[in-house]
Amino acid sequence: MTDTTKTTGAPQGAQGTPVIPLPAGAARILIAVGAVATMASTMLAWTWTSEFPGDLTVTGYPAGLQLLTLTGGILTLLYALTLWNVRGLRWLNPARANGPVFLMALAAFAVTWYTVLAITIELGGLANLEPGGYVAAVASLLPVLGALALPRPGDTWKSYFAKADDIPAAHEVPAWAERIIITLCLALGLIVFTYGIGTPDDEYGETFSGFMLLVLFATWAVFAAGLTDRFSSLNARHKGFATSMAFLAAAVFPFTQSEDHNANIGVNILIFATVALGLNIVVGLTGLLDLGYVAFLGVGAYAAALVSGSEYSRFSGTQLPFWGAVLVGMAASLIFGVLIGAPTLRLRGDYLAIVTLGFGEIFRIAVNNLDGSSGPDITNGPNGIANIPDLEILGFNLGEPHVIAGFTLGRFANYFLLMLVFTAIVVLVFTRAADSRIGRSWVAIREDETAATAMGINGFRVKLVAFALGAALAGLAGTVSAHVSYSVVPTPYQFAGAAPPNSAFLLAAVVLGGMGTVSGPLLGASLLYLIPEKLSFLKNYELLAFGIALILLMRFRPEGIIANRRRQLEFHETGQLDIPEQQSLPEGTIGATKATKAGA
Amino acid sequence: MTNTVLEASGVTMRFGGLTAVRSVDLTVSEGEIVGLIGPNGAGKTTFFNCLTGLYIPTEGKVSYKGSVLPPKPHLVTQAGMARTFQNIRLFANMTVLENVLVGRHTRTKEGLWSALLRGPGFKKAEAASEERAMELLEFIGLAHKRDHLARSLPYGEQRKLEIARALASEPGLLLLDEPTAGMNPQETRATEELVFAIRDKGIAVLVIEHDMRFIFNLCDRVAVLVQGEKLVEGTSDVVQGDERVIAAYLGTPFEGAPEDAALQEVEAAEVHAAEGSSEGNDQ
Repeated sequence: MTDTTKTTGAPQGAQGTPVIPLPAGAARILIAVGAVATMASTMLAWTWTSEFPGDLTVTGYPAGLQLLTLTGGILTLLYALTLWNVRGLRWLNPARANGPVFLMALAAFAVTWYTVLAITIELGGLANLEPGGYVAAVASLLPVLGALALPRPGDTWKSYFAKADDIPAAHEVPAWAERIIITLCLALGLIVFTYGIGTPDDEYGETFSGFMLLVLFATWAVFAAGLTDRFSSLNARHKGFATSMAFLAAAVFPFTQSEDHNANIGVNILIFATVALGLNIVVGLTGLLDLGYVAFLGVGAYAAALVSGSEYSRFSGTQLPFWGAVLVGMAASLIFGVLIGAPTLRLRGDYLAIVTLGFGEIFRIAVNNLDGSSGPDITNGPNGIANIPDLEILGFNLGEPHVIAGFTLGRFANYFLLMLVFTAIVVLVFTRAADSRIGRSWVAIREDETAATAMGINGFRVKLVAFALGAALAGLAGTVSAHVSYSVVPTPYQFAGAAPPNSAFLLAAVVLGGMGTVSGPLLGASLLYLIPEKLSFLKNYELLAFGIALILLMRFRPEGIIANRRRQLEFHETGQLDIPEQQSLPEGTIGATKATKAGA
Repeated sequence: MTNTVLEASGVTMRFGGLTAVRSVDLTVSEGEIVGLIGPNGAGKTTFFNCLTGLYIPTEGKVSYKGSVLPPKPHLVTQAGMARTFQNIRLFANMTVLENVLVGRHTRTKEGLWSALLRGPGFKKAEAASEERAMELLEFIGLAHKRDHLARSLPYGEQRKLEIARALASEPGLLLLDEPTAGMNPQETRATEELVFAIRDKGIAVLVIEHDMRFIFNLCDRVAVLVQGEKLVEGTSDVVQGDERVIAAYLGTPFEGAPEDAALQEVEAAEVHAAEGSSEGNDQ
């Protein structure tokens, strides 16, 4: 029983001992039959009462979580068919590896069994399962067993989860076709993301959990099949196009939402993500661990609120136009950033982290006390500045719904579009700054500060520029956030809390998404905003779950979800020389975000 | 005829009660290769750090082409003195080309605004920097690896890249801290040629090294540092013949020592090795 080590990508797929002994043909048929049966089972009733979210009682068409199972079943079937080398589906699994098939089967299995178990546990017993539920459970198990009966890709269990070997190069297609592929991928990303945001707010977040399970395993399968790599190389070739399409896809998002609540989530994600991107300049590029970054968001928000004309503002008489408020917010954050940075940036590493943590808290406590009784009356203390009026830009009141091309854009949708413009600006600033003399000096400082100064870089000055730029970008986001949320209060601007934004979550978004990339923090921020929002039933256990998730991620993918190519090599010593296909180093493009948002 | 590039006078470095470098004077003239040798712990690297502003000397001053250097590393590099490190300190996760481009930092001045606005000036400066960096990579023979990560280079090439990075700052004086440490004889010879080529570009070189054959082949002048003090300075022959240098490296025999005979053998071997090196035959 000696296992051969590597898949060869030969027509018969991988050579290796299957976990379950079964002829290869039978195994494939088992997968296909199981997938079809899974799809069919979603037409049956799974439970008898409509108490379970999504109403799974109907025979004849799928609903709620059954839709996710159906999607899983279809994907499993498609991947099973790649084993027969069906024309037109080969691109799904270029190496014809067994790993992606197994993972896709696992995706359908996970969401189905999650649903069945949730029904049983929540409603109190197996009696609540209709026969359809049993059918679904068994049917979704079959493809997993079938995939385990396929030759194992490598010697260990892990090989099922690893990226396939010998993925052939993609066929040459004309540039216009590549652009169509990018567009389709981004559209798919938008659909998945929209579905995720739009999942009903069940009591225990069942639909969202099922959605996350499906997306997690399906993305994994697609990654193992090598499709994500292909997509990122496509992106690198059409960088400008992919980026603009990604923003277009994001701009389409509010038009797909009939409920303004979802647009509210969207705009909050954008604010959070933009701030995370600003932090990425400080942490990801320059390597300065800043644990008080959320204070800059607060400075921007307070500055904008003070000049917004709110009756609770100290300067309630003044109402600057929006561009004025933005400049004031950015300038205030910038000054605050320089004030904090100038004394602290002489410190290195842990010391800097501690000092920034302190300054972050100082901001919150100071704002809390500037209420007239324990200090000058500027911020109205814990009550904050309420009733911030809606913005009016060029006569366009963002607070009122507007009908554009037959779509009604509510208040939050308006702000979403406004914030998107700012996110685009921040992305532009980030990419341009990173790829320049100053960006290189940031990275050099991160890599080796002593060597960097010996190469003529004025370490303090360059770090201060990074710190101030990061602060100004956070302030920019803060000005919008003040108007979106009607009021500013001190509480959100703390170091750690159960919901974003706070410094710990911001840092986590950067690290989780991938340091030094553009798409990483955007994706990380989306996840870190959506998950607590949708799984609010976790309440007190939220931070525990968050901590466990972070530990797992750092154990298995320390470079973050979207790896900077440099980091990837740093953490996974492959011994391989790093020879890029393109001339320049592609820092994950924004386009990749959307695609992986699909994956998120 | 020859202009002084580096003039260090009375450089003293104390760490608390320990005097690592004691009143060392050293001059390097244009087009000269000067060696700095000494046993381990003699204070060579400390002296280097004093020269390049990483340490602020307790006493003494360092001047470059007549003007006194401020004790800040980036200003020293700006003035025209670039260095390498004993333990390689490349920017490991940057590409080979990016490493050299970082070396160009002091010779370019595009700030944040020009990076954000991307005017024609920015593009021109970036293109010029890249062209210059590529010239240097060709000079050291790493042009074909421009997009490799510095960490993935073999050891010898990392040393070369560090030299290229230092050269990118267009120095008038290059300070090399043990450039051949850990190299095999072929690589050492290649480095020797590289240093000569650098000298031919009109750049003075000050080099710390333990490889005696390398240093005596290479240097116009050698200074010996022992316990923080300069013992001898002169041409290779002068230094090789100096009894105090041999004593500093091997210790002085005391009267009636049993190992006396053994020591003489060692000395004989040393002289033999030196002769071998001057003949230039390899091992």
